[in-house]
Amino acid sequence: MRKMLTIISNVLRGSASRNGARVVVSARTYADFTPQATFDIKKCDLHKLEEGPPLQSTLTREEGLQYYRTMQTIRRMELKADQLYKQKIIRGFCHLYDGQEACAVGIEGGINLSDHLITAYRAHGYTLTRGGTVREIMAELTGRRGGIAKGKGGSMHMYTKHFYGGNGIVGAQVPLGAGVALACKYQGNNELCVCLYGDGAANQGQIFETYNMASLWKLPCIFICENNKYGMGTSVERASASTDYYKRGDFIPGLRVDGMDVLCVREATKFAADHCRSGKGPILMELQTYRYHGHSMSDPGVSYRTREEIQEVRSKSDPISLLKDRMLSNNMASVEELKEIDVEVRKEIEDGAQFSTTDPEPPLDDLCNHIFYNNPPLEVRGTNPWTKLKSVS
Amino acid sequence: MASLRCFLRSGKNAVSAALRREFHRTQPAAVQVTVRDALNQAMDEELERDERVFLLGEEVAQYDGAYKISRGLWKKYGDKRIIDTPITEMGFAGIAVGAAMAGLRPICEFMTFNFSMQAIDQVINSAAKTYYMSAGFQSVPIVFRGPNGASAGVAAQHSQCFAAWYGHCPGLKVVSPWSAEDAKGLLKSAIRDDNPVVFLENELMYGVAFDMSEESQSKDFLIPFGKAKIERPGNHITVVSHSRMVTLCLDAAAVLAKEGIECEVINMRTIRPLDTETIETSIMKTNHLITVEGGWPQFGVGAEVLARIMEGPAFNFLDAPAVRVTGVDIPMPYAKILEDNSIPQIKDIIFSIKKTLNV
Repeated sequence: MRKMLTIISNVLRGSASRNGARVVVSARTYADFTPQATFDIKKCDLHKLEEGPPLQSTLTREEGLQYYRTMQTIRRMELKADQLYKQKIIRGFCHLYDGQEACAVGIEGGINLSDHLITAYRAHGYTLTRGGTVREIMAELTGRRGGIAKGKGGSMHMYTKHFYGGNGIVGAQVPLGAGVALACKYQGNNELCVCLYGDGAANQGQIFETYNMASLWKLPCIFICENNKYGMGTSVERASASTDYYKRGDFIPGLRVDGMDVLCVREATKFAADHCRSGKGPILMELQTYRYHGHSMSDPGVSYRTREEIQEVRSKSDPISLLKDRMLSNNMASVEELKEIDVEVRKEIEDGAQFSTTDPEPPLDDLCNHIFYNNPPLEVRGTNPWTKLKSVS
Repeated sequence: MASLRCFLRSGKNAVSAALRREFHRTQPAAVQVTVRDALNQAMDEELERDERVFLLGEEVAQYDGAYKISRGLWKKYGDKRIIDTPITEMGFAGIAVGAAMAGLRPICEFMTFNFSMQAIDQVINSAAKTYYMSAGFQSVPIVFRGPNGASAGVAAQHSQCFAAWYGHCPGLKVVSPWSAEDAKGLLKSAIRDDNPVVFLENELMYGVAFDMSEESQSKDFLIPFGKAKIERPGNHITVVSHSRMVTLCLDAAAVLAKEGIECEVINMRTIRPLDTETIETSIMKTNHLITVEGGWPQFGVGAEVLARIMEGPAFNFLDAPAVRVTGVDIPMPYAKILEDNSIPQIKDIIFSIKKTLNV
């Protein structure tokens, strides 16, 4: 019986890949795969909390496949961006997120799309998890009119619904995020705001100002420090008198989370979200994670850390491998199935790259638009007094 | 007795304003209202009209405002809408901008604009530029308001004029009211505007009372941005100014009128977008221009006005080079005699007008 099913499914899959259509290997799903499994996850270090997130996480097959797909998409998209940057098709700043995928995907798994999120400049992954498409993200990197910000923002300034970028000034996004949380509380919509920043930003004064006000006013804010061990080229030990970033909120309860494990991140985020939604005020999460690339594309990333270190993280803690191993060893997916997802992802990225390199640049008469919202058209001075350009909302 | 005389002499405007405040006239005709009360009315009306509007800043709630501009608002609207902040400008300005991004309409008060320097990154990089960077996706309907420029005896760190600094940046609207009508109409427009507005008040004007027309007492009285007002028509010289200096220009004009020199005094009202057209039209009539401002000369508001006139059609109508009357290019000193000589006085304006007219 099993053999027959295998033959049938192989035939089905074979024909499917010829047509390029997605195949639901239904026969094998029901018969063979585990619909869900419960995994032990690392205990979080706690600060001013009696108890933390659960020590186990239940993952369904659907969730697993979705997390895998999304993390793989982020990974491939960032690697493609690396390629395009080296070909000088992407210019300026390009801060890549590969290695940190479990953070973006795990966080989104713990909140709703109706919640809000803001981060700093390493934002491509979040733009995707918050609803942006690969095409519009890549076209924004290459500065084309089909970009998510019509080519006017670039790598660090991508926005989508309930996602406030993409912010270039280190630390400035944290008060902004608390402001979004204030709006949530003001409007009584039971939404919250996830406010991300890095280990480098964690020492910014405005973040402490924000901790104070968020706590005073009990704003529904999850502060998340993505600690990838290096603020540009400065290791955390050389930048911070205290590297216990989850404690830096002082009067704000905190937890330190394994940021390479998507399930750990998800459970911690759910825990934090419950805390906020119950009206207890802000909470702080430190995600211990790692970036494979340097700070940005102009940083090879090996002058302040060893290749051995990077290699060790890749082989022992890669977030995508961790999830893959879990799913395979619990029979929640097959190797072929995951490979198929890889193929689809690769195709999507190729399509995105193709679009981003062939879509035309923004038209010149878009130059002065979008200065003001809901405003009558105005005249903008060009580079000389005789050039008067038009600006519409 | 001497002290009473002193009090009356120095506090002439304030006293008469205070006296008038006691009498609550209810006739429909023009009414005397101080700039402070006009600002208060504007905020009160807009808070009532739109529940997304709220005010935050230091001492705005329970203290009734450091300069009493928000007097009575906390009592009326409560903690949710009138929020006292800790002394953390960068933090609360950022919070205000974030709230604006997420659908509210904050009024962010800086106790003075000197303190806005601590938060200037949030005003420029988070508020002003966002609509453009997001290609029209994310708007920021926020008002930053507070007293700007020189006060009296508050010395260098508390006396700077920021009109030129904020006026420099695309993505901002920058407004500088003079009269009570200006204050009310422009603040209401600012609050209703869907974009970041920097609203530069003046502490020395808060207690000054002006006639307010019946029209301006309406709850929907708005003054549009980008339109200057001719406060006093004249034929001989165009005098362009903003904020408190408009008072001095009018005083100078009154003195010169006795000598047969008729000044056309223009109150800019808006710094950005600057109303070049009204100024040009005036110059085409008067053939002479001076600008008068409290701020420093280098790269200032006057410098911009002059540059624009040079580049435009009005240049050919000038019979003499246009000049600027500005604050002295020094940090503001404390001693009264020094402070008085650090900003334009009526005699400086008269002197510059006569020099320009070559009389």
